[in-house]
Amino acid sequence: MPRPDALGHRGLLAGAALFVVFAAASLGAPWLAPHDPLGLAAGAGATLERPSAAHPFGTDALGRDLLSRVLWGGRVSLAVGIGVEALTALFGCAVGLVAGWYGGAVDAVLMRVTDVVMAFPSLVLAIGLIAVFERPGLDKVVLVLVALGWTTIARVVRGAVLALRTRDHVQAARALGASNLAIMTRHLLPNALGPLLVAATLGVGGNMVAEAGLSFLGLGAQSPTISWGALLADGQSFLASAPWVAVFPGAALLLAVLAVNLLGDGLRDVLDPRFRA
Amino acid sequence: MLFGITLLVFLLNAVALGDPARAAMGQRADPAALERLRRDYALDRPLAVQYATWIGRLARGDLGTSFREQRPVTEVIAERLPATVRLALAATLVAVVLGVAAGTLAAVRPGSVLDHALMGAAVLGISTPVFWLGMMLALVFAVTLGWLPVSGYGGGSLAHLVLPALTLGALHTGTVARMTRASLLEVVRQDYVQTARAKGLPERVVLGKHALRNALIPVVTVIGIGLADLLVGAPLTETVFAWPGLGRLLVAAVGQRDLPVVMGAVLVFALVYVVGNLLVDLAYLLIDPRTRRAAA
Repeated sequence: MPRPDALGHRGLLAGAALFVVFAAASLGAPWLAPHDPLGLAAGAGATLERPSAAHPFGTDALGRDLLSRVLWGGRVSLAVGIGVEALTALFGCAVGLVAGWYGGAVDAVLMRVTDVVMAFPSLVLAIGLIAVFERPGLDKVVLVLVALGWTTIARVVRGAVLALRTRDHVQAARALGASNLAIMTRHLLPNALGPLLVAATLGVGGNMVAEAGLSFLGLGAQSPTISWGALLADGQSFLASAPWVAVFPGAALLLAVLAVNLLGDGLRDVLDPRFRA
Repeated sequence: MLFGITLLVFLLNAVALGDPARAAMGQRADPAALERLRRDYALDRPLAVQYATWIGRLARGDLGTSFREQRPVTEVIAERLPATVRLALAATLVAVVLGVAAGTLAAVRPGSVLDHALMGAAVLGISTPVFWLGMMLALVFAVTLGWLPVSGYGGGSLAHLVLPALTLGALHTGTVARMTRASLLEVVRQDYVQTARAKGLPERVVLGKHALRNALIPVVTVIGIGLADLLVGAPLTETVFAWPGLGRLLVAAVGQRDLPVVMGAVLVFALVYVVGNLLVDLAYLLIDPRTRRAAA
């Protein structure tokens, strides 16, 4: 099977294009949003107004423009998804490198901890962890998701390190007296970047869904912070009378997650042909 | 493993910021009652003692008393567990039946329009957030068409179960379908399938009897992994459909900072998960005779 290249991979391209659209929409929210997402005064429509030219996505129970809220909510959802993954990758890499390179007891202890954290259905544990804090909030969501999310990356990196540690260039570096830190950061990590990138990309989607889920349950973003999950919680209350309040934020979330997943699956196909289904 | 799980659950609540006793009883609680509560839960003692106290009670099946309801946590959980189990089983059934069917249909003619459509739907099912899917299903089938009830348990009626089960099973259906397809395509290339075809068996029998059975082995693994998804989806699905299960209990308990209930519910979820994985291992013995011989 010929190695597929990035430009010929339809899923990858579609995912990347969709992702760019969402990133642009989020970054440009202050300019793109037709109305103030929190504003009740200027430009506010009637409450629970149907989608119209003035309010393409309709308005919510307080008469706020839903399109503006979805755009601003995207900023939060994407930022949390990517931010959490960055922190997660940092921590996961450190654990994976140390466990894989030092091996032995260090590895055994670290992997044991990883197993235990992984033994929990993550969102259930996340909900339980949120209970620890006096009041919920987006910062706690980030903290909890990082605390629970690093295990996947740690495993991926550890696996790559185990495969790499006996390679000639690593052995050569060691023979030349390179420090452990130098070997890990300069010789092991760069060669583990492929699988790391795939896992991290897929992780972004997972984080976005998790954040939305927690916010939906009222355990994440609190008003006036807007996130897609929090918008969906509103939507749930008005499902029968004003379905658009639920439809649009959810569609945005679905498409954004789909973009990230397509991107991740595509990267995997391109970077590692063995995984091709 | 179980030790690690209990320790983690315990620590998670032990580091709870603020005073759980005060949080449970309110700002104007009677000082004597507060003191009694602290003593009962050893909240005034070092962490190690608190853990020992808690694990000792746990071993006797005592999860403590709900701050909120003033009843044993085990009692509260036992009331809610059947609804969740029922939902999870129904969702698994949905996922296995729909997933295997879709995966098989897609594998019959790889690359066909049907294949692309089914696999596209599978990716969509995997990417759709559970709770949003639930709301959309409710919108279409309950609010608009009026075929099924919007929410509630309905005293256990089947009609009430349909939408929550479809919702919770959707993610899983996608995974199962993809795995079934990939696995079938792998198996179809094997020699014995060629033999079956050469014997002149109809394609239906070749696929259904010879190929599918062997293709299902990796699918069982996916079902096991999918159990985690079911548990993750339970709090969300139950919230959307006002399903009186363990997930909703957990969410409500977090909102009320009813820590004994939170601990108990998280623990039960973890336990179900561990036991579920064990059952999957046992299922291998039934499906794959090779493992049976190896084990004997």
